[in-house]
Amino acid sequence: MEGQGYLLTGRAKVLDRPRLSWAEKMYLPAIVGGLSVTIKHLFRRKATVQFPEQKRPVPISYRGLHVLKRDENGAERCTACGLCAVACPAEAITMEAGERKPGEEHLYREEKYAIKYEINMLRCIFCGLCEEACPKEAIFLEPTFAPAGFDRNDFIYGKDRLLEGSKREEIIPPLTS
Amino acid sequence: MTLLPTIILMLAIFALTMLVALYSTYAERKVAAFLQDRLGPNRAGPGGLLQPLADGIKMIMKEELIPVSSNRFLFVLGPAVAMICALMAGVVIPWGPDLNLGGHSYRLQLADPDFGILYVFAVVSIGVYGIMIGGWASNNKFSLMGALRASSQVISYELSMGLSIIALVMVAGTLSMREIVAQQHGFNWYIWYQPLGFLIFLVTAFAETNRTPFDLPECETELIGGFHTEYSSMKLGFYLFAEYINMFISSAVMAALYFGGYNYPGMDAVQAWVGPILGSLIGFLVYFLKIALFIFFFMWVRWTVPRFRYDQLMKLGWKGLLPLSLLNIFITAVILKLVP
Repeated sequence: MEGQGYLLTGRAKVLDRPRLSWAEKMYLPAIVGGLSVTIKHLFRRKATVQFPEQKRPVPISYRGLHVLKRDENGAERCTACGLCAVACPAEAITMEAGERKPGEEHLYREEKYAIKYEINMLRCIFCGLCEEACPKEAIFLEPTFAPAGFDRNDFIYGKDRLLEGSKREEIIPPLTS
Repeated sequence: MTLLPTIILMLAIFALTMLVALYSTYAERKVAAFLQDRLGPNRAGPGGLLQPLADGIKMIMKEELIPVSSNRFLFVLGPAVAMICALMAGVVIPWGPDLNLGGHSYRLQLADPDFGILYVFAVVSIGVYGIMIGGWASNNKFSLMGALRASSQVISYELSMGLSIIALVMVAGTLSMREIVAQQHGFNWYIWYQPLGFLIFLVTAFAETNRTPFDLPECETELIGGFHTEYSSMKLGFYLFAEYINMFISSAVMAALYFGGYNYPGMDAVQAWVGPILGSLIGFLVYFLKIALFIFFFMWVRWTVPRFRYDQLMKLGWKGLLPLSLLNIFITAVILKLVP
């Protein structure tokens, strides 16, 4: 009841803490109770997922590694407008724009395309804002994940690893719809 | 000629102790994992059985650091003392009944002094010097705190441990480990005579080996490792290893003093059926099973009970266990006087 806190707020509460009973002071009944809880867990089903062999299924909307999409004719959709790079909170995306030459219509959908398109996967936070920013539906985050490497430079993904249909060696987990 | 069996036995016990300590680290991780609904190490070798080797190699390959401000000599001496004392205690433990080979009877015990239990006590208490020396020599406040805690903990708990043993010695009438185990023939174990004494011994054994409810000298969360904060590489490995050896020895002592060592119900019938040699080996295996169960119990408790606060520890030691062990002696004395 004493103390400034009570006088100022009137909210102080006197707790009625019961004194420990003899059995509680002995600790032993509580310890035995605890031991019986843990021993039950010894025989429980384990929660471990044996990762490289077993994969935890992810939802179809899972935001993993990016893919640069092609249109129905197989031409790249990206026009190197740079909106994804602007939207990116981690500043992971850089690109270089180039002009489509005559005869390249089957390769690039618009007159402008990305000569270079790089995502630094170590900077990327996989938020999906690039996907939302893209006006051409060119970039998506796919349910592929767990890239690994020994060199930091290996994590700067260029078009060779981002483009749809390119070599994408990352682990693709089973999907849940 | 009489020296050779002793040397063989010595090496065997040394190898066995090391092996058990090595695989205790594996068992610790496995038990911890299973109690927490995980699988634990299972990549190195079948079922992770090579994990201790991998850990050992890692330990050896680590950089060896000796802090500039530390006392170099004592810094190196600390883990050595801890390790040597832990290994020395196994000398007086009777690992099995006498083994008859080719007309000779070999004792599965390196030495049987009249003061067997006292020897274990003496050696185990010196072991805390390893912690004290190492903690002080590190010249680190956390290490010093750990060392202080270790020493005060040992002082307060060894007392109750010794008193609980005194009651047992009163019943047994001898200090020799060999005779105490021999008296518990069959199912005549001393746990039936000294349940309270065993309970006190068990609790104090946890304090003595710095295992979890009483792991205050180490306590990662408060003292970032306590006495071994500054240690690295194999010197740290020695400390950790010594802890597991101590756990093994404590389990062996508990199994020998209270759970009949190599004795088991119906041992005479089994001995008569399979012959003396196999009978001895079965006795050894039974003893080992008991030790393994105790080691499991140590681990089980570690992953169940949280650490005591320091004042709680002291209160339990001085106000709980000490009077209780004195009471135990008193009760034992009265019963011994009344029931001849």
